[in-house]
Amino acid sequence: MDFNDTPEEAKFRSEARAFLEANVKPKSAESERLQRKLSPAEYLKAAKAYQAKKAEAGFTGITWAKEQGGRGLPPIYSVIFNQEEAKFDAPAAPFSIGLGMCVPTVIAFSDEETKDRYVAKALRGEEIWCQLFSEPGAGSDVAASKTKAVRDGDDWIVNGQKVWTTGAQFSDYGILLVRTNPDVEKHKGLTMFIVDMKQKGVEVRPIHQASGGREFSEVYFTDVRIPDSSRLGDPGMGWNVALVTLMNERLAVGGSYGPDYKEILDFARGISSPTGGGALIKDEAFRQKLADWIVRAEGYKLAKFRTMTALSKGQTPGPESSIGKVINANQMMDIANTAIEAQDHFGIINDPDLAPLEGAFHQSYMFAPGLRIAGGTDEILKNIIAERVLGLPQDVRVDKGVAFKDLPSGR
Amino acid sequence: MNFDFSDDQKSLKDQARKFLSEKASSKVTRSVLDDAEKSYDKDLWRAVAEMGWLGVAIPEEHGGLGLGRLELCVLAEEIGRAVAPIPFSSTVYFFAEALMLAGTDAQKGAHLPNVASGETIGCFAVSEGPGAPTAATIQAKFDGSTLSGVKIPVTDGDCATHAVVVAKEGAGVSLVLVDLNQSGVTRTTLKTLDPTRGHAKLEFKNAKAERLGAVGQGWDLAEAVLDRAAVLIAFEQIGGSQACLEMSIDYAKSRYAFSRQIGSFQAIKHKLADMYVNIEVARSNAYYGAWALSTEAAELPFAAAASRAAASDAYYFCAKENIQTHGGMGFTWEVDCHLFYRRAKLLAVQAGAPAVWKEKLVKRLEQRNAA
Repeated sequence: MDFNDTPEEAKFRSEARAFLEANVKPKSAESERLQRKLSPAEYLKAAKAYQAKKAEAGFTGITWAKEQGGRGLPPIYSVIFNQEEAKFDAPAAPFSIGLGMCVPTVIAFSDEETKDRYVAKALRGEEIWCQLFSEPGAGSDVAASKTKAVRDGDDWIVNGQKVWTTGAQFSDYGILLVRTNPDVEKHKGLTMFIVDMKQKGVEVRPIHQASGGREFSEVYFTDVRIPDSSRLGDPGMGWNVALVTLMNERLAVGGSYGPDYKEILDFARGISSPTGGGALIKDEAFRQKLADWIVRAEGYKLAKFRTMTALSKGQTPGPESSIGKVINANQMMDIANTAIEAQDHFGIINDPDLAPLEGAFHQSYMFAPGLRIAGGTDEILKNIIAERVLGLPQDVRVDKGVAFKDLPSGR
Repeated sequence: MNFDFSDDQKSLKDQARKFLSEKASSKVTRSVLDDAEKSYDKDLWRAVAEMGWLGVAIPEEHGGLGLGRLELCVLAEEIGRAVAPIPFSSTVYFFAEALMLAGTDAQKGAHLPNVASGETIGCFAVSEGPGAPTAATIQAKFDGSTLSGVKIPVTDGDCATHAVVVAKEGAGVSLVLVDLNQSGVTRTTLKTLDPTRGHAKLEFKNAKAERLGAVGQGWDLAEAVLDRAAVLIAFEQIGGSQACLEMSIDYAKSRYAFSRQIGSFQAIKHKLADMYVNIEVARSNAYYGAWALSTEAAELPFAAAASRAAASDAYYFCAKENIQTHGGMGFTWEVDCHLFYRRAKLLAVQAGAPAVWKEKLVKRLEQRNAA
């Protein structure tokens, strides 16, 4: 056991660091404040400029084949770059879904002409992609998508609604899962398309989230024409295409959300315990909770080291990486809740000028419920662990052998 | 980055699993459970000694195999999985580690070869009554050559030949090495929640004893021994937890209710997924503990506390939910679930309950941050 890079990995890491030092600022409270002050348009402009430099330096598509403009390196190199990038205020977020999930799907299911059209531009950040899967009636059960496409000559005409689409408001293209045949079983009547997000009939409306923010959108399709040449995979094979997208889910590295145990430790030194007897950090019950958070946060971090070791040996991480979000989202909520309650009545104040950590615990408290749902609910992730890691049988299916149009949908 | 055991260590683990599945089936554990006179299984103890496991981490010059602590970790996991009814942890993680940490060359030479051969069974005596002991509460007294006082409970104290005892000496605390087969020592066997391991009350009346390590260094040494043992016990706990999860998976696949496998119900799936998550958290912390133990890293006290806190919680969770998954069958004497449920509690409270280790963890985090 050791925690060191191989000589090749170390060389790559120092190249990555040199690139980052030359182009972005190390993360600090000040740099984060500055980034928060940017308008969405200013942030996007900075992000596109950064992505172009990153592509030029060869730090995009690290694991992709060289023919696709990638570097053809093993997954561990992607993890190393992400680890280093996470130490900087690098505006990489707008590209993560496109390059992590959408474009790999395009590569897997397109001819050379289509790939030439889209891949390089995506890598350089000139075009941004989003993923249009979830619907108001198809969340955990995303194969229940109802948005429909009907063939019309060389085109398809799309009508319906997608929801919770990250980055739809600034995306140029999306991959869109639609129902092309309601007369066959649920999973067999779906088809995947590339859709131009800027065309007529596509309307993006931001969702006003419970947290107050508007980071996600709903997308309405009204008589939107998509040429058949933009189809990914055969008609009716959309579910298989979607599975490839979901398997390409990027290796989440970094991944701490909001204040963690180190921050609440500092916080607990400066506030008195609501049960009396001095600072919160002296409170026995608090200390026992703090220990549980340490164990979980360290366990999560160290589990990623085990994944990295497997990657380093050329293995592919399996569904076991699903445990990360289950741990983090719940812990984020618990830490935020404890910090707020510890302040007694004052804890209700989230004004950044008055609240501890400029209200970061409150932000965490309000965002955590969404994190427990986004990208697979706790319950779905536990099903994935149970079925694909532990080998337990699938739930009894009531939708087998029934045409999609005859399935009960509740509304 | 290589945060994993080596291929050799993994093959040692496979061999150990195969060996224990033959020699340490639950029948063997039950032979100790069901016989009040039997404190451990002698055949298994001999077999384990012949395999060289007792001396895995003991240097060759003292009759051991001279391998490392990582090898000991993989064996510990398998011993935990088997709920093996032998005084392995007391002898190897506590007694031998205390000797290697604090013993003089003469003391090591006198005792370690007998540990490696299986002749010596060791134990580690700290507790004197209800509640977690501290340096200030220790009453047993050492005067430089004899020991007096009472230790209760002492795991494997009923079958041990030797003990390392934490005792007062003058104003401080020292570690003391005692031969238990002498007239100054009285043992009383104790009834416990986990009868698959022996427990005793040890009473010392002017028993002949010698100091282990420097005068007054006993409490620090005891903490250092506990840190080492904590990592190794964590591996036993993980082995037990993993066995519980595997039992539950097998049962959930083979048991039908409402005309379907119970493992197809989300209530069962989520329970088992939670077991898996707990084990992964514990395993990752324990690997870090193993690394710190094997490299004698400065991070050991922190890593040991995290290993132990995580593994104690994981084993309790897995053992209780294993019974629940088995339904009524899980509450019968004949089904093995309760063997794990019992052992989980012994390993949780032995050498410091979860709350003790969680407090150590926070204290050590504060110290690390202050440094």
